[in-house]
Amino acid sequence: MQLRPIASTLRYNATGVVIIVLQIALTVAILCNALSIIQQQRLRMARPSGVDEADIFTLRNRWATSGTDGDFESLTRADLLVLRGLAGVIDAAAMNSFPLRGYGLTWNVRLRPRQRLPSASSVAVYAGGEQALNALGVRLVAGRWFRPDEIAPFSVSDIGGVSPAEVVITASLARALFPDVGTDAAAVGRVVYLNANASTDVAAQTPTRVIGIVQQAQTPWAAVDGTSLPDRSSMFWPYQYVAPTLAYVVRTRPGRRDAVMRAAEQALFAADPNRIIDEAYTFRTTRALMYRSDRALSVTLAAVSVLLLAVTACGVVGTTAYWVAQRRRQIGIRRALGARRGDILGYFHLENLLIASGGAGLGIALGVALNLAIAAMAPVARMSGAFLGGAALIVLALSQAAVLWPALRAASVPPAEATRSV
Amino acid sequence: MLGYYVKLALRGFGRDAVLTTLVIIATGIGIGMAATTLTILRAMSAQPIPQKASRLFAVELDNWGPAASQNALNRDQLSYADAAALLDARRAQRQTAMYALSFVASRQGTEVRPVLATARAVGADFFAMFQAPFRAGAPWSAADDAGAVVVLGAQLAQRLFPAGDALGRTVELDRRGYRVVGVLAPWHLQPRVYDLTSRLYQPTEDVFLPLATAIDRQMMSYGSIYCQRPPAPGWNAWLHSECRWLQFWVELPDAAAVRGYRDFLRNYALEQRRDGRFDWPPSFGLYDQRAWLARENMVPESLRISSLLAFGFLAVCLVNAVGLLLAKFRSRGRELDIRRAVGASRRQVFCQCLMEAALVGMAGAIPGLLLAALGLTVERALVREDYAVFTHFDAAAALLTVALAVLAALCAGVYPAWRASRPRSAWRLGSAT
Repeated sequence: MQLRPIASTLRYNATGVVIIVLQIALTVAILCNALSIIQQQRLRMARPSGVDEADIFTLRNRWATSGTDGDFESLTRADLLVLRGLAGVIDAAAMNSFPLRGYGLTWNVRLRPRQRLPSASSVAVYAGGEQALNALGVRLVAGRWFRPDEIAPFSVSDIGGVSPAEVVITASLARALFPDVGTDAAAVGRVVYLNANASTDVAAQTPTRVIGIVQQAQTPWAAVDGTSLPDRSSMFWPYQYVAPTLAYVVRTRPGRRDAVMRAAEQALFAADPNRIIDEAYTFRTTRALMYRSDRALSVTLAAVSVLLLAVTACGVVGTTAYWVAQRRRQIGIRRALGARRGDILGYFHLENLLIASGGAGLGIALGVALNLAIAAMAPVARMSGAFLGGAALIVLALSQAAVLWPALRAASVPPAEATRSV
Repeated sequence: MLGYYVKLALRGFGRDAVLTTLVIIATGIGIGMAATTLTILRAMSAQPIPQKASRLFAVELDNWGPAASQNALNRDQLSYADAAALLDARRAQRQTAMYALSFVASRQGTEVRPVLATARAVGADFFAMFQAPFRAGAPWSAADDAGAVVVLGAQLAQRLFPAGDALGRTVELDRRGYRVVGVLAPWHLQPRVYDLTSRLYQPTEDVFLPLATAIDRQMMSYGSIYCQRPPAPGWNAWLHSECRWLQFWVELPDAAAVRGYRDFLRNYALEQRRDGRFDWPPSFGLYDQRAWLARENMVPESLRISSLLAFGFLAVCLVNAVGLLLAKFRSRGRELDIRRAVGASRRQVFCQCLMEAALVGMAGAIPGLLLAALGLTVERALVREDYAVFTHFDAAAALLTVALAVLAALCAGVYPAWRASRPRSAWRLGSAT
């Protein structure tokens, strides 16, 4: 076979070979990590929020008057009537926050009174009255939702005395709090403590019963880059949040969302102009805004990968073309001795395959090392072997494709080259 | 001699046009990406107020004790009891406690529509400490410290008083009147170091009012609030609770003052322990801006990952450049041999090749600059405003790019130049290649 002449030629050009091997190795290392992270981002961005994303829009309403909580409560109630009265609206709620909003209220949950550390910390709290279920479109999978008579007003100044008698939690929170429970339905009826810790008077610690489980409701900060707060543990309280600033969540019938969005602001201002409305976004926009930096990372990595492949291809083409020029005489001699065009082509492709395989092997090792280095500075998953193998194959294929042009040029060297002396 | 090398190098460019172009492009792309990344990193970790680098300090004081579950995210604010005590003690040259508010701002009896304004309750020292630029007026005096006075930010002043006559007039915040004693010039503090508790991008506020006024009027914080347990109802209970909702900054003129302040904090914590409020050893911190930014973890993970990979990409481009430069110099073998034969020393040949590499680097800086400017624009468009506004392609970034390009080219060119300057056997001068 041709391995012997290839090996000795490569030894003659050792430096050039090392350069290509190094380039291919680095390319494989970076490419496999980039692909792995892009995949991780894709999965992260695909996490379901639990709400009816296609049909929801939200806006932030700020009353331009100073007033008591009672004033704000009746103003909000009037607003909700206006919103629900619009054609095409399934339901509307006034909430303190909603999934993927970016900020909200967290609470610690304990399973026993006088428990020192919480069983679940920084759980997201949603207080949107009995309309929250239909306004968000979250799915109740066990138990029941709140009844209208169970809802009470709740403002920030009440926060000291909060002790809901019932609560609805997400399935993931139920599993975290009650790991011994087999099905979600069995968690219904269990008790948690929301206003207790080791130093509170036992008599003041009232139990809260779980009356329902929703399948999924993401926390407001699920998409915030670098947050260490949990992203799936949320609970709904039987309270109507009262404050000068509220998030209105409106769910419409399919296809009516944009029309209703336009009508809603007008209707609200017509009902009472003393307000400021901003952050009027569809839920899709909210999601896009919150995941912006994740998407940016994916785009950056994709761009780096493409450019990387381009640069490596250029390197392979350049170096091989140079070798071809350097070895014109030898190629001519081979042709004169009877080698066909295809033989020359195959020779250069084989040579390239050997070099690139060496580079890919080194690249796989470097890729694993790079993955460990990245894992030390950011929470990335361990790369699966598929990415290593895939990246190596892609670079090998690219390298072979890149060498085609110089190899064709080599193959077209006429046998007469053997006789020329210049 | 240098000019001669440059002439030779430029002539060399013309001879291997394709190879040279490839090297320029390859280095340019790598430089561009690295420069983009470096600019962003520099903006993210730069001190926003460098003149006060060793003078401004954030205070951290643990009032929950080690038994409470505390992560880094909820230790950067103080309770009111502690903030008020530290303010009363007046142990720093300048000091301020502050918290975020939100108002609907309007002007009574005018056509101007009410607007949602971000606000901050601060001490009078705040403006001098953080070097807020004034266009008109000044911070409130001690006499006005609990009065109905405000300082307006440039944008809100322009919005409410388009004629530019805000000073001395009355502005309504949530339908209550306040006298404007000062108007700021546009103030871009990047990042807004005095309050990093929100992980979303925040510009400087529209309205600043005295802390004492906000407390007197029972204005609830609109910023981040950390509570270990829910506070009892009522404003007084709120002030006496152990919830942390205030940021506290001091200005200390020198190292001795810093030591003195640390001692003061330690004694204060010990005193609280004696009084039974704390039952743990003193736990506090004093952070300058750089330490504070690091502690608040301002560089998001996605940025760190893409930076690492961008530098890896630069490494690939440099390896590529080394290979291409090797080929370039080797094809020049005959010319270099002749130069050696007529008396050039090895060092001179080395310098000639290195100069050629440096020129390639400088030429590579051109596509590099374009790519870096493009990269920053794309980054700004793609990313949430968190740090996009901090990064613009200024003269410093351009200079950095060119320096990086030359440095990279020199690094890449050292080995090929050394190889090219190696002595060759005499017989090769006579042969075909």
